[in-house]
Amino acid sequence: MGLLSKKDSGLILDPLADNNPITIQVLGICSALAITAELKASIVMAVSVMFVLGMGNVVISLMRNIIPSKIRIIVQLVVVAALVIIVDQVLKAFAYELSKTLSVFVGLIITNCIIMGRFEAFALANGPWRSFLDGIGNSLGYGLILIIIGFFRELLGSGTLLGFKVLGDPIAKTGLYALGYENNGFMLLSPMALIVVGIIIWVQRSRNPALVEEN
Amino acid sequence: MSLKNKLHNLKEEYKGKKMAPAFNAIHTFLYAPNETTHSGSHVRGADDLKRTMNTVIMALIPVLLFSMFNAGYQHFAAIDAANGVVREVSVFGNFLTWENFWIGIIKVLPLVVVSYGVGLIVEFIFAVIKGHEVEEGYLVTGMLVPLIVPIDTPLWMLSIAVIFGVVIGKEVFGGTGMNILNPALTIRAFLFFAYPTWMSGDKVWVYDAVNLAGTPDAISGETILGYLAQNKAAEMTYSISDMFFGFIPGSVGETSTFLILLGGLFLIFSKIASWRIMLSAVLGALVMGLMFNGVVSSGWIGETSKFYGLMSFTFWKHLIVGGLAFGIVYMATDPVTGSQTNKGKWFYGFFIGFISVMIRVFNPAYPEGVFLAILLMNVFAPTIDHYVIRGNVKKRLKRLKNATILPNDSASKSEKLKAETV
Repeated sequence: MGLLSKKDSGLILDPLADNNPITIQVLGICSALAITAELKASIVMAVSVMFVLGMGNVVISLMRNIIPSKIRIIVQLVVVAALVIIVDQVLKAFAYELSKTLSVFVGLIITNCIIMGRFEAFALANGPWRSFLDGIGNSLGYGLILIIIGFFRELLGSGTLLGFKVLGDPIAKTGLYALGYENNGFMLLSPMALIVVGIIIWVQRSRNPALVEEN
Repeated sequence: MSLKNKLHNLKEEYKGKKMAPAFNAIHTFLYAPNETTHSGSHVRGADDLKRTMNTVIMALIPVLLFSMFNAGYQHFAAIDAANGVVREVSVFGNFLTWENFWIGIIKVLPLVVVSYGVGLIVEFIFAVIKGHEVEEGYLVTGMLVPLIVPIDTPLWMLSIAVIFGVVIGKEVFGGTGMNILNPALTIRAFLFFAYPTWMSGDKVWVYDAVNLAGTPDAISGETILGYLAQNKAAEMTYSISDMFFGFIPGSVGETSTFLILLGGLFLIFSKIASWRIMLSAVLGALVMGLMFNGVVSSGWIGETSKFYGLMSFTFWKHLIVGGLAFGIVYMATDPVTGSQTNKGKWFYGFFIGFISVMIRVFNPAYPEGVFLAILLMNVFAPTIDHYVIRGNVKKRLKRLKNATILPNDSASKSEKLKAETV
């Protein structure tokens, strides 16, 4: 990449695969299970987290030399809460139905471990540009997994993708449904999302055995 | 050259190749291997894993045959009921007939074939990938699965559920002997949560009831628990002997408590299954049933309550309807997922019976809960064992403390003993 040095592009690319926040660091699982029943909600969640984490990392990074370390968690919480409120208000103003679907989980971005984790581990020790890249990279890694889970859950659970009936109409019995296919209701339940996350982790680690932890 | 020798020769040829485990599985299924242990002295019991599995399958064969006849009988009985014809069951008159058996062949046999076929393919694939021998664990699971699903379950659903159950329920933990959940019940639970309309209601339990629904020929396939859950006990025409011998609608193989009892006695006699688990599970179910009966007779629950039908059901009848007997005898006693300690087995079994009846009464969508109760206790089995073992250690340490130790080299001896007991 011409725009970024090799070290900087690693900040974006590493969290996508070998240092993924969900499958490797096992952070942010709660929201990955709760809001991924529809692909659209997954995408909106991914974008929201990208905004909060990218902006938050920059803000914390700029303030890193003036935050007293004893109260840094509170300062971080204030920053992330302010950003989350912006996201929440924007969603309520422009995508009301979707903000209903996401319900409390937008607010709960505040407690998403990935965000506090990146603030603590990266933004407090690095400059704003690199912190920004790190925030974008980690939220891309988070969003990637969210979208994969959302894709399978919506496709198999409701037979739709982004609301389009890609497998046919279950009531009029067209497409696959004419053959006797039925939607898998288990896919819409959170336990199945956990199993899907598990399968993604399984696939990733069997493709790259270096990721497997020693007992 | 006999077939046996040919197979032995083939085995030598395949040795070290990728397909070897798949071939060995077929080979040792038919014959004992031609190898002997080379080093050391070993005492070998005759009841290896394969023998254990075959014994359980033998105990299931009568249940399977009965279920094939019952599949047809329930179908024709439902048609008679829809036409207002009164039907009395007679074993040789209208039960053991070719007509009934034929429906068993076209409906029950495909379930068995699909369950074994898909399950064994998954097992073979995993054996080849991992390079170990094919495990025998699926032999019993494959027979249990068709017996615990409704008869009209579409075969593709069963295949998906079997793949899920074997992979997620068993192989990810490391295969037979390592699984924490009973694979057959994992498959049942997957079907229940994924396709609830095919697993509950009053249509799926009798052959063809789904297809005929809404037509003038519509037939009902309501189970006894279904009647009770809707407070319609008066409409039910089944006698106690019908319930006990199994001439009732239900999952394919769960209806005949009589044959399940015989199978259970056979398993206890051959020391395959634990009598402690079976007995304590029966006790647990009776205790919970008695408590519910007590609640009704003390007047806390009126006839208008939606729980009245199931709560007022005489406590011991819970054992002869639904899947409780089948679950207790063939599922709860799974040696891998159940408790291992004798004292633990009592707790484990008791709670299976207790929770089964509790879920059966309180589950709003589906008046049965045996599979949920067993899966729940599967999860708790290691915890139960842990506390039983800790309790034993504590007891023995106390004994050690109170023991009079001879004055000679007492310090080192007591330390040694402590190390052994903990």
